[in-house]
Amino acid sequence: MVNDAYRRGRSAAPSHGTMQRYSIFSLARNALTGHRNWQAAWRSPEPRPAYEVVIVGGGGHGLATAYYLAKEHGITNVAVLEKGWLGGGNTGRNTTVVRSNYLYDESAAIYEHSMKLWEGLAQELNYNVMFSQRGVLMLAHGSHDEQVLKRHIHADRLNGIDNEWLTPAQAKAFCPPLNIGKELRYPVTGAALQRRGGTARHDAVAWGYARGADARGVDIIQNCAVTGVRRDGDRVVGVETTRGYIAAGKVGVVAAGHTSVVMAMAGLRMPIESVPLQALVSEPVKPVFPCVAMSNAIHAYISQSDKGELVIGAGTDQYVSYGQRGSFHIAEHTLEAIVELFPIFSRLRMLRQWAGIVDCTPDRSPILARTPVRGLYVNCGWGTGGFKATPGSGHVFAHTIARDEPHPINAPFTLERFRTGRLIDEAAAAAVAH
Amino acid sequence: MLLITCPWCGPRAEIEFRCGGEAHIARPDPATASDADWERYLFLRENAKGVTLERWWHVHGCRRWFNAARDTTTEEFLAFYRMGEPPPATLRARLGR
Repeated sequence: MVNDAYRRGRSAAPSHGTMQRYSIFSLARNALTGHRNWQAAWRSPEPRPAYEVVIVGGGGHGLATAYYLAKEHGITNVAVLEKGWLGGGNTGRNTTVVRSNYLYDESAAIYEHSMKLWEGLAQELNYNVMFSQRGVLMLAHGSHDEQVLKRHIHADRLNGIDNEWLTPAQAKAFCPPLNIGKELRYPVTGAALQRRGGTARHDAVAWGYARGADARGVDIIQNCAVTGVRRDGDRVVGVETTRGYIAAGKVGVVAAGHTSVVMAMAGLRMPIESVPLQALVSEPVKPVFPCVAMSNAIHAYISQSDKGELVIGAGTDQYVSYGQRGSFHIAEHTLEAIVELFPIFSRLRMLRQWAGIVDCTPDRSPILARTPVRGLYVNCGWGTGGFKATPGSGHVFAHTIARDEPHPINAPFTLERFRTGRLIDEAAAAAVAH
Repeated sequence: MLLITCPWCGPRAEIEFRCGGEAHIARPDPATASDADWERYLFLRENAKGVTLERWWHVHGCRRWFNAARDTTTEEFLAFYRMGEPPPATLRARLGR
């Protein structure tokens, strides 16, 4: 499969520091020449024998880490190694929802940090990430849901995060396709709304960070799988790859579903299970769905892309798997809920279906931390909800690698917490139960 | 959807079963276990890419537990065996154990 990002990465390379700025004027200028003179968005260099920092994994989190290493910490002797093409893993497979209405202080801090970065990201990167704060509506279907969502609302407000309670009629006004009829098996009894939540264009996030990192001197190397991690005693010294050995002062593993596989190469066993998480899109239709809507109780979440497709998230398969497929009955279960909540969609046809392999920790919170191997850092465990955290995750992980100590925001997200018992049992980690 | 062969009931659809995760994880002795032992028992997992040994529960059938060997890249089941039994000898070479 030839992906657009892959082709761009392979085409002619601009030199460092001459990144073409995107603007209405550059668009007009290039329109006059038939759009034949756009620069490649990033170079595609041969790997050098050694780097100060090697990032394993060219998804959104890995590319953001490289970008902030260069921008915030002046570390530009960095390579991002990607076994496939940029953003071809979970970055290009998620349902693009961004929100920060988490329950616990630790989670609220990291997701809100991310939200604030999202709010200026397109300007920061000079790349349109199509961030749209159209509102995230979480539905309640009874008194237990109401209590849980109201607890979230109060906790969020104490942490300075917007979240508000809507009656069924108010929810219907905000999201007109919603069925609030009493005839539903589980009628809607209210909703929590985070107005600052919304969606972003997932590929653009990877491409924007890649372009920004490349312009600052980071080498982005695609089609380069890591096959081994070389250690000298308790210290990491480099990685074996399908394109030869690459020495590294520090290695950051940001490999999502394959974290256990990469960390096993360094001799570490992880508190992670990798499972397929499924999503699907409908045929494109005219703008009909104004927000993101989710229901934990009956398991549905849905939004509409700017292209017009309804983007629908299904659940995880129940077993460990590295097959990016997902089972039919999982999608069927979600679609049953969707057509009950939004009967107008009952005759839409589904266009595509896929799965991403998500790395789930026992407490459903991420790990952004040093490891027992010196110079080896890990950013993983985002489970079913990592996309929204992309900017904040990269920002604090870059700090952790550059300073060899965590940023205050990611300090609680250690690997040791599974030994000490200081878990972050985040009930809101998934908007729907997985 | 997987087709799973319960050792007592024969082949049935996946929706009749619940996956119980990695098999053969021995509970440590609470009298002597360290925090690291509990971490290994409760949280650390093989998460293998390739052949994995796991427990399944025929919850909507005979309600009995059993073990299975499955390839996590192809979803192919390689063996089904009863609780308390070791993995079949034919598999051990492939597992490198």
